[in-house]
Amino acid sequence: MSTRLSKGGRLIDRTKPLSFSFNGKQMRGYAGDTLASALLANGQTLVGRSFKYHRARGIVASGAEEPNALVNLGEGAKLEPNQRTTTTPLFDGLKAASQNHWPTLEFDVGAINTLLSRFLPAGFYYKMFIHPRPLWKHVYEPFIRKSAGLGKAPTEKDTDTYEHYNAHVDVLIIGGGIAGLSAALAAGQAGARVLLLEQTPVWGGRAAVDMPEIEGKPATEWISDTVAALRGLPTVTMRTSCMGAGVYDHGYVLAYEHLHEGGKQGPRHRLWRIRANQIVTATGAIERPLSFAANDLPGVMLASAVRDYVVNYGVSPGDRTVIVTNNDDAYRTALVLHKSGLTVPMVVDARADPDGPLVRKVCEAGIAVRTGMGIAKVKGLRDVVGVALCSMEGEGAVLEELPCECVAMSGGWSPIVHLWSHCGGKLNWDAEQAMFRPDPNRPPTGADGKGFVITAGTANGHLFTSDVLTDGFTAGAGAAAQAGAKGKAGDAPEGFDEAQEPIQPVWMMPYGAKHKLRAKAWLDYQNDVKVSDVQLAAQEGFESVEHAKRYTTLGMATDQGKLSNINGLAVLSNALGSDIPDVGTTTFRPPYTPISLGSIAGAAKDDLFQPIRKTPIYDWQAANGADFEPVGYWRRPYAFPRREETVHEAVHREVKNTRENVGLLDASTLGKLIVSGPDAGKFLDMMYTNMMSSLPVGKCRYGLMCSENGFLMDDGVVARINEDTWLCHTTSGGADHIHGWMEDWLQCEWWDWKVYVANVTEQYAQVAVVGPKARKVLEALGGMDVSKEALPFMQWADGTLGGIKVRVYRISFSGELSYEIAVDASQGQAFWDALMAAGESHGIMPYGTEALHIMRAEKGFIMIGDETDGTVIPQDLNLNWALSKKKDDYLGKRAHGRSHMDNPDRWKLVGLETLDGSVLPDGAYGIADGTNANGQVNTQGRVTSTYHSPTLGRGIAMGLVHNGPDRMGDVISFTNTHGDPIKAKIVSPVFYDPDGEKQNV
Amino acid sequence: MLMLHCPYCGQDVDETDLHAGGEAHLKRFGPGSSDEDFESYLFVRKNPKGIHVERWRHAYGCGKWFLAARSTVTLEVFGTYAAQTKSPPADIQEKIRAVDPDWTWEGEA
Repeated sequence: MSTRLSKGGRLIDRTKPLSFSFNGKQMRGYAGDTLASALLANGQTLVGRSFKYHRARGIVASGAEEPNALVNLGEGAKLEPNQRTTTTPLFDGLKAASQNHWPTLEFDVGAINTLLSRFLPAGFYYKMFIHPRPLWKHVYEPFIRKSAGLGKAPTEKDTDTYEHYNAHVDVLIIGGGIAGLSAALAAGQAGARVLLLEQTPVWGGRAAVDMPEIEGKPATEWISDTVAALRGLPTVTMRTSCMGAGVYDHGYVLAYEHLHEGGKQGPRHRLWRIRANQIVTATGAIERPLSFAANDLPGVMLASAVRDYVVNYGVSPGDRTVIVTNNDDAYRTALVLHKSGLTVPMVVDARADPDGPLVRKVCEAGIAVRTGMGIAKVKGLRDVVGVALCSMEGEGAVLEELPCECVAMSGGWSPIVHLWSHCGGKLNWDAEQAMFRPDPNRPPTGADGKGFVITAGTANGHLFTSDVLTDGFTAGAGAAAQAGAKGKAGDAPEGFDEAQEPIQPVWMMPYGAKHKLRAKAWLDYQNDVKVSDVQLAAQEGFESVEHAKRYTTLGMATDQGKLSNINGLAVLSNALGSDIPDVGTTTFRPPYTPISLGSIAGAAKDDLFQPIRKTPIYDWQAANGADFEPVGYWRRPYAFPRREETVHEAVHREVKNTRENVGLLDASTLGKLIVSGPDAGKFLDMMYTNMMSSLPVGKCRYGLMCSENGFLMDDGVVARINEDTWLCHTTSGGADHIHGWMEDWLQCEWWDWKVYVANVTEQYAQVAVVGPKARKVLEALGGMDVSKEALPFMQWADGTLGGIKVRVYRISFSGELSYEIAVDASQGQAFWDALMAAGESHGIMPYGTEALHIMRAEKGFIMIGDETDGTVIPQDLNLNWALSKKKDDYLGKRAHGRSHMDNPDRWKLVGLETLDGSVLPDGAYGIADGTNANGQVNTQGRVTSTYHSPTLGRGIAMGLVHNGPDRMGDVISFTNTHGDPIKAKIVSPVFYDPDGEKQNV
Repeated sequence: MLMLHCPYCGQDVDETDLHAGGEAHLKRFGPGSSDEDFESYLFVRKNPKGIHVERWRHAYGCGKWFLAARSTVTLEVFGTYAAQTKSPPADIQEKIRAVDPDWTWEGEA
């Protein structure tokens, strides 16, 4: 069992005790602890359960690579699942709970899966759940969904805040170990603007634990001196607890900074959006586990992690630690444990005859070293009680057993190449050191075609201090020069540590392990992938590493295979009989470790989620009960329900009042584009399907716009203002798009045409005064002649009304007598108020978008987005009259000649009247005889708009129906998700005032 | 995230401020054109793994369309230039050929 040592722990402050809880149990730790070190200090070696077999899981690593020790952190609004205890700083009052077990961590019913593991091999789910098909939906899927996911999703809204931060630098250095510090020193001395990031709260990386000599000083002394020196350089910025998360195109980098976890004021996380001219990745390396049977038991840890817990946190992982290795570096762990007064019963070395200086030091300390040996099996149920040893050659016959509480393993080191690889940096296999390392000749390239990422130090495959420091310094100086810094860097710092003998790659321990052992040798601890699973995948033909990954789920857990990938692909390549570089790696994708969704959102939530567009009359509407709905970025009143009135009742009142008296609509959101210039008429003739150049000054014309492949994309009324100027109304949501569309053609196709387009949508407030009494209201305001004679239908006029400068368009989207009146935006509210006052005696009421929709549907007017969906052409909507035959060309004309467009079988617009007067469901399909090739019922049309008409007292609808206009009076059935199909008669889409007399008075 | 130089306003612009417009230098085929020409204009794109000439609009800036020649593999940008041209300028073509001697400008698609 693990415990706290009486002394030691360079990062903890024993004068500052903290209390926290794990699964409700109160525990104590110190300031400077991580949650993982504090759990170990409290003897908590069992911290979670694995995903598939619910195996007992303990802490295996000490950093970002940890696959096991994930917890639900916090409660309520602060709950976050899958938080890595090894990177979570301890704070007072922290509450953590273990994951993936029922009912308790200690007694987990799901652990039965481990007994069934021989029946749950790789690909089990794919093989098992494919037949019989109906079981998938009703049995398998609900069951799998229940067991999916490790942590608990929070149910409350996150109360913390987050922010984004933009930075532009010459040289970005990711990693604050000795390579990164060395690089920063060089780049800073050269005068480059440097940003240095370190993911942990402390500088120095592994060197601060392993303590090589640098510039004749102990490493920690050099580290603090260098950090102080860097702070003195004016162009260097430094951040700890800030992880370089991803490297993207053209030197764009995301970094993720932890500001606090303890509920303090201010943002919790900060997302850095960095543009760097050059990037140095000094990200270090991750130690690899060894694959031996039961290597997943709590108490089996990485050798480097064992050192970290002893040196950094004064934590003993167990009284007796057996060390198993294939390299010299793990001997450091033996020395550290020995020095702390803990027992190392044995170092088990897979190599035949190791004799490096570290090995000799261990022997001199009186620690037994057994060579050419491996672990056949770790003994224990929920924690380590001992190891059984075997010869590395052979199948794993047990030669000797040793009692112990901890196993420290080291299978060698893998450089962290993620950030190098994100944007395309390539790797080479270094057989001598048994690692993939960056190929400096194939870096990710930037806009200039040159590499913009340089790796340095251990991340570049250098394992010795002197090389790491020189490599870091060279990288920093090179990056600064590349970024244009003119200053001169000094000399690289010199370092020294013990020489080491070569590693002996071990991908399975022992080499010839029998199946029973391979089936217990874990590669991926979180997702329960074992050596035997990868071998099975290879045997079943999943030869590509990407396929084997997905089949076995190797490396697909939340740790993304930081410990398992290299071991897994080595096993795969052995099974395939190919070389490791031929099998290759899976793709490294950002982020390096998961970043919070809150940090991605930053400040963009609630009111700041997106900008809201408000018309000049918005405040009045809000104060007068408007029920708003989003229309593009606009907020428009859906209706104005009065006290005691439902929204539905309000809509009906508004329709009725507008049809009988007079209604007011805020139409300011309508797009208004001014198109002007000597070639404006010619240009609009290309934009619109009908003729706009022939429109007389003072008149209005309804127009359609099609995309180049013929589909209807926008509509609206165009007014000719003068000889050279037209004003084009677009749909409310379409103004920006249509403006961009016009600009595209003017800039890129007809750039010699003299035309300017200005989007003046927001410069004007526009109010529609609609209803039989509309003219009376305007006459009450006075100022201009709005009679039928002076201002006939489809004409416009400038003037004043109630003393306000206006432009009045006589256009109607409701079928009633209607004036749409534009005023300067600043006059919008005043004009609205004047209309409300003048109309009071006429029963004037505002109406919303739903009343607008109902009234246009009663008239059979189409709505872009209802009757159209990007696949509908004007001909489908019986709008052939608006397709000019006189023009040689307009956008969409050529496409209308394509065989599928010019086809009598297309569905066409009709009105639909249910036989029982009910309202058809929106989007319902018209049912035809028979079934299609997929066994689905054939269709012959669909509903595009459907409403209850207050005017007619029954349901009305429009729809597109096969040969619809030729089938007037036919009755067809429409699908109904809530019951039997609904019968409806095909009728004219114009339900109200078919002759258009009311709008033209 | 790409960064392209807007030749109109002179700014180096983040991709998030730009709007991508697909392949550049397409010849428009209107009424009277053959089905093959029209199909090729409307639907057929080179989509190369390698050097590509594209349309971009500085949408959240000056609003101008411009053209860019870049490699979709190495992300190298050979240059950006005015949309009111029928082929990439000679200096940009030269830069492209320095990287890929086999590359030729085929004229309007």
